[in-house]
Amino acid sequence: MGLEEKIPEGIAITSLDKMVNWARKRSMWPLGFGLACCAIEMISTFASRYDLARYGMEILRPSPRQADLIIVSGRLSVKMAPVLKRLYDQMPNPKWVISMGACASCGGVFNNYAIVQGVDKIIPVDIYVPGCPPRPEQLIDGIMKLYEKVEKESLLDKKKI
Amino acid sequence: MTVETKKKTMNLNMGPQHPATHGVLRVELELDGETVVKATPHIGYLHTGIEKTYESKLYYKCIPMTDRMDYLAPMSNNLGFCLAVEKLLDIEVPEKVVYARVCLTELTRVISHLVWVGTHALDIGAMSMLLYAFRERELILDLYEACAGQRMMSTYFRIGGLAYDLPKDFEKRVRDILKKIPEGIKDYERLLNDNMIFRKRTIGVGKISAEEAINCGLTGPNLRGSGVNYDVRKANPYCGYEKFNFDVPLGKNCDVYDRYLIRMEEMKQSLSIAKQALDGMPDGPFRAHVPGVVLPPKEDVLTKMESLIFHFKIITEGFKPPKGVVYNAIESPKGELGFFISSDGTNKPHRVRVRPPSFVNLSALPKMVEGGMLADVIACIGSIDIVLGEVDR
Amino acid sequence: MEEKTKEFLKEKFGDAIISESEFRGQLSLETNRDNLFDLCNSLKSSSELDFNFLIDVCAIDWLGQDEEAKGRFEVFYNLYSLKNKFRLLIRVRLSGNDAEIDSLTSIWQSANWLEREVYDMFGVEFTGHPNLTKIVTPDELKGHPLRKDFSLTYETPQFSHNKNEPPEVI
Repeated sequence: MGLEEKIPEGIAITSLDKMVNWARKRSMWPLGFGLACCAIEMISTFASRYDLARYGMEILRPSPRQADLIIVSGRLSVKMAPVLKRLYDQMPNPKWVISMGACASCGGVFNNYAIVQGVDKIIPVDIYVPGCPPRPEQLIDGIMKLYEKVEKESLLDKKKI
Repeated sequence: MTVETKKKTMNLNMGPQHPATHGVLRVELELDGETVVKATPHIGYLHTGIEKTYESKLYYKCIPMTDRMDYLAPMSNNLGFCLAVEKLLDIEVPEKVVYARVCLTELTRVISHLVWVGTHALDIGAMSMLLYAFRERELILDLYEACAGQRMMSTYFRIGGLAYDLPKDFEKRVRDILKKIPEGIKDYERLLNDNMIFRKRTIGVGKISAEEAINCGLTGPNLRGSGVNYDVRKANPYCGYEKFNFDVPLGKNCDVYDRYLIRMEEMKQSLSIAKQALDGMPDGPFRAHVPGVVLPPKEDVLTKMESLIFHFKIITEGFKPPKGVVYNAIESPKGELGFFISSDGTNKPHRVRVRPPSFVNLSALPKMVEGGMLADVIACIGSIDIVLGEVDR
Repeated sequence: MEEKTKEFLKEKFGDAIISESEFRGQLSLETNRDNLFDLCNSLKSSSELDFNFLIDVCAIDWLGQDEEAKGRFEVFYNLYSLKNKFRLLIRVRLSGNDAEIDSLTSIWQSANWLEREVYDMFGVEFTGHPNLTKIVTPDELKGHPLRKDFSLTYETPQFSHNKNEPPEVI
């Protein structure tokens, strides 16, 4: 339409979806929630060498009300399962879940009475990160995959608004 | 006219999702204003059924699961289990293995204490300590990766030896660590020792007297913080600890600050033990020669018939230790870690009981916090150094 | 130290010591549940032996291995003397139908959580315990996980082998 020629310099045009998704993915705030061994690798990811702040994720929120992303790091016991469900329900939309490690994804080596065999039985999972525990690079890769997923989302999708 | 006043207390739930509880611990607090009247820890949010799972595994298959109990000190757990099974089988390991194990478990104590000092200072308000502590921790994790191929859950020790031979540049890497970490420790001491906020939050907080500490069963730095000289490495030496020179630091004031000082000193002692172990490490095989129990060297498996058969039989059937009950205790970074194994003569353990230091130490938490302020609860939980994976198992 | 402990116990509790055994250098004594409390109390209060540390309490389920004759549960008490650097195991057999034993919480406070764990995992009742409730398992869980008749898994992995229905049996 030639509209772009008429607008002054310093203004760009994009679709609303793209802009919102760009903002969402660049300032994702994870919930400070650790369960077991993987939580230590998650802390390593946030700490000096791997420095997740490079991706706009340095703020760990202690309250689920302020968080966008929950990283389920470690094995989930039957006793803890209701707590996780409640934390997930308390998070405002839009929200994403990363299941970190073999135990969170499928029960891992602990196929027994005490462990929930995969957190996807309780809450919907967006990204599964394999490993026991995953290396920090692996977790960062999982987060990058989540960013790709966020980029493709649309505001018309009612579930994510 | 009389006014009836009623003392009203408030119940506050801390956890299970709380940034300062070091995992999934829930503490139910009864508060009068800001004073803690009663504290009840509730555990079990990470109950994994590890003890039950051991009963269905062959002996050597239990080792990976020991890592996942105290995930801050994986090699200490491996050592505890391997020593207990070796005691049950009554086998001796080569000298090189003894030195390598001592060197690696002492470095494990350092990484456990590093995570502790980072998270404890973070809880009290010194955010940057965590970043510094993890900077040094990565050095030792690199060594783990070179040895075992895994950063955290190394599963490097085996019954009767090590999984693989030490890497070629082991000595160079350890010397590098021994040079760099003391510099880091100096930094932390400069940051924390005379820090006004840190001192005010820790000195005189969470007191527990020596008699009470013994009665509650505290072990490790928590017990030594109350001035009781009990270190399994000195009292009942295992794995050749009688050959090494080191001091056991003791506290005087029984408070959180003393426990902090003890852990800092322990790190220095551990590095000195690791240095002695590295200097004295002889050359030799990295596994004991016990046919039918310990895997034969890989070269023999490829060329000799008997070795191949033994290898196959150990992997598929395991081995059958004699009937009996053994208890073997080691000094893990948290305290006395004991493995109690009951064998009924089959190839799987009949029962494995882990004596978890954190579990017993945590049971003394009400003693430390009752009568204190709410904010001190955080400092006390931090100073006990709990790992919930080990508490709940 | 072993001789001294044996002598001390022989003198005071002559026939209460059912058997003594030594395996890999670790002395363990078997007693019955009626004498357990007094025996432990005197071991702690004796100034010479001074067993001031209760390191551990744990149990073993001997289901299927002569449990009728000897008793199904075996409870182990792991005592340690800081003064003498000496460790002693005390074992007590309990029958399956009537698994009850005196609590040692009034002697050592560390027995509190350790006994609760044994209760939770095996269902052994400790009489005189101030707060004998479940400690690690969730409240909904029925049964005691470490008993041998409790199954390890409550669900088995289902492999469908990429088929929705099982093959027909001809």
